[in-house]
Amino acid sequence: MGMTITEKILAAHADLPKVEPGDLVECRVDMLFANDITAPLAIQQFERIGVDRVFDPDRVAFVLDHYSPAKDIASAEQCRITREFVRKHGLPHFYDVGRAGIAHVLLAEEGFVVPGELFVGADSHTCNHGALGAFATGVGSSDLAAAMATGRLWFRVPHTLRFVFRGSLPRWVTGKDLVLRIIGDIGVDGARYAAMEFAGPVLQQLSMDERFSITNMAVEAGAKNGIMEPDEMVLEWVRPRARRPFQPVYGDPDARYAAVYEYDVTDMQPVVSAPPSPANVVPVTEVAGVRVDQCFIGTCTNGRIEDLRQAARVLAGRKVHPDVRLVVIPATPRIYRQALEEGLIQVFLEAGAAVSTPTCGPCIGGHMGVLADGEVCVSTSSRNFIGRMGHRGAKVYLSNAAVAAAAAVAGKLVHPDEVVREAVRV
Amino acid sequence: MPIRGRAHKVGDHIDTDLIIAGRYLVTTDPAKLGEHLFEDLDPGLRQRIRPGDIVVAGENFGQGSSREHAPLALVGAGVSAVVAASYARIFYRNAFNNGLLLLECPEASQAVQNGDELEVDPETGQIRNLTRGEAYQAKPIPPFMQELTRAGGIIPYVRRKLGLEAS
Repeated sequence: MGMTITEKILAAHADLPKVEPGDLVECRVDMLFANDITAPLAIQQFERIGVDRVFDPDRVAFVLDHYSPAKDIASAEQCRITREFVRKHGLPHFYDVGRAGIAHVLLAEEGFVVPGELFVGADSHTCNHGALGAFATGVGSSDLAAAMATGRLWFRVPHTLRFVFRGSLPRWVTGKDLVLRIIGDIGVDGARYAAMEFAGPVLQQLSMDERFSITNMAVEAGAKNGIMEPDEMVLEWVRPRARRPFQPVYGDPDARYAAVYEYDVTDMQPVVSAPPSPANVVPVTEVAGVRVDQCFIGTCTNGRIEDLRQAARVLAGRKVHPDVRLVVIPATPRIYRQALEEGLIQVFLEAGAAVSTPTCGPCIGGHMGVLADGEVCVSTSSRNFIGRMGHRGAKVYLSNAAVAAAAAVAGKLVHPDEVVREAVRV
Repeated sequence: MPIRGRAHKVGDHIDTDLIIAGRYLVTTDPAKLGEHLFEDLDPGLRQRIRPGDIVVAGENFGQGSSREHAPLALVGAGVSAVVAASYARIFYRNAFNNGLLLLECPEASQAVQNGDELEVDPETGQIRNLTRGEAYQAKPIPPFMQELTRAGGIIPYVRRKLGLEAS
């Protein structure tokens, strides 16, 4: 019996010829990172271990993205802990205000993650990087500290669920809609402890940015990792960025899957996750008319250039509804600059949106758009849990960027075609 | 040593934002985090939890964010153990790394009522419901997690492996 891509990467990093789901293995870690919330705790634990240095300074990154630029004195103190540690250990890969972006988007963009490697981050959305054909998973700060000291970490080999997309992708239906649809079908624990492997001809119709939105949200179904086999699109994307030589890994033809789910996307519509669970997935038309107070386009899930282009397509020549605040946050400085060059930032400003420097900000109720009691937000983020974006009485609908932009214009949830109708006629 | 405490029941899929909200992640002090435990789930719950009490949850406890502040908040509030039908994976690892006892027991998750007096034996995984005169058997803790627990969590475990601590 062969191995899946996930099993093969874990086996290779454990120096074993073969692993099976359920095996406990200790693996080499190729790269690791922490953010401004998880790093202080990881540093504290690292110092408890009592080693003098990190296992390899070139394989450790710190990114201040959550509450940075510091939102208050307490956050500023947390950021300082990381800054001082980085200076003390002379760590080269440190991203602070101005150069920082949302870690998952930034670290892929900067070529720190390459196909076939094993990547851990003290952040649950680290599964994001599976779109590059890497094994990437989120861990806590103590596990990260252990990996930082030894370059190794233990894993239970997950069983793999395979999701195959066929058909032709309709207008306004994006990678985000595909992953929400899956979470709606299997539930927030439908892939608990599992690897989610995404495949099928529809992947060719998706941009890399859309592929990242899919693997990014694997954790919302409880998965350990999300992964895609690295095709030519991935290799072309990675080659100019890669900081290390790499060897792509592919699953065996006789690999064993715990389950295979087939989707025909041809008749799909844009969907939203209604509050308070990412698994409450309905077509946007089913909740059309829900009044909206704020729309947020950004995050590690949907703050990439392709998301900003989709939003701008809806917003061009239109105004944000007078009762709505629209917050747009490009995920990295590079994406911000590209959006500026493409005229997208101009579109957002003319529409009446607020555009912020890269930060996770409102996604975790941190800053840059925290919600009041009873307010409704349409967000391109990944979690709509109670209290996630502010007051426990606020409600969050998760969507793709076009749906969020259309809601900002209409003042209510609508299918993007309702807003961009004229353009269709032309 | 058995652990004894009153049960506080919470539902299925309790996420780490509900355990400790994002706005409080500006400290790593368990006591400070513990002040805000479950605040967005039920603002009155924290006041009802006394040191040694036990949280009894449904499926997938601890889903969502990898924040280790979640098990720290439970520890800081004095929670001695969590009994749940199942756990989300990152939370599971984080709890063991911080010496928080987790027991997986769908039967207890169903049968225990709010306020029941429980006695938990960490060695055998037996949960006695002193209020109802019932007993439930938790799933055995995986051998490697037992080893981690015996070492005192991942940090002493790593110290021992690196030869920085006698085994």
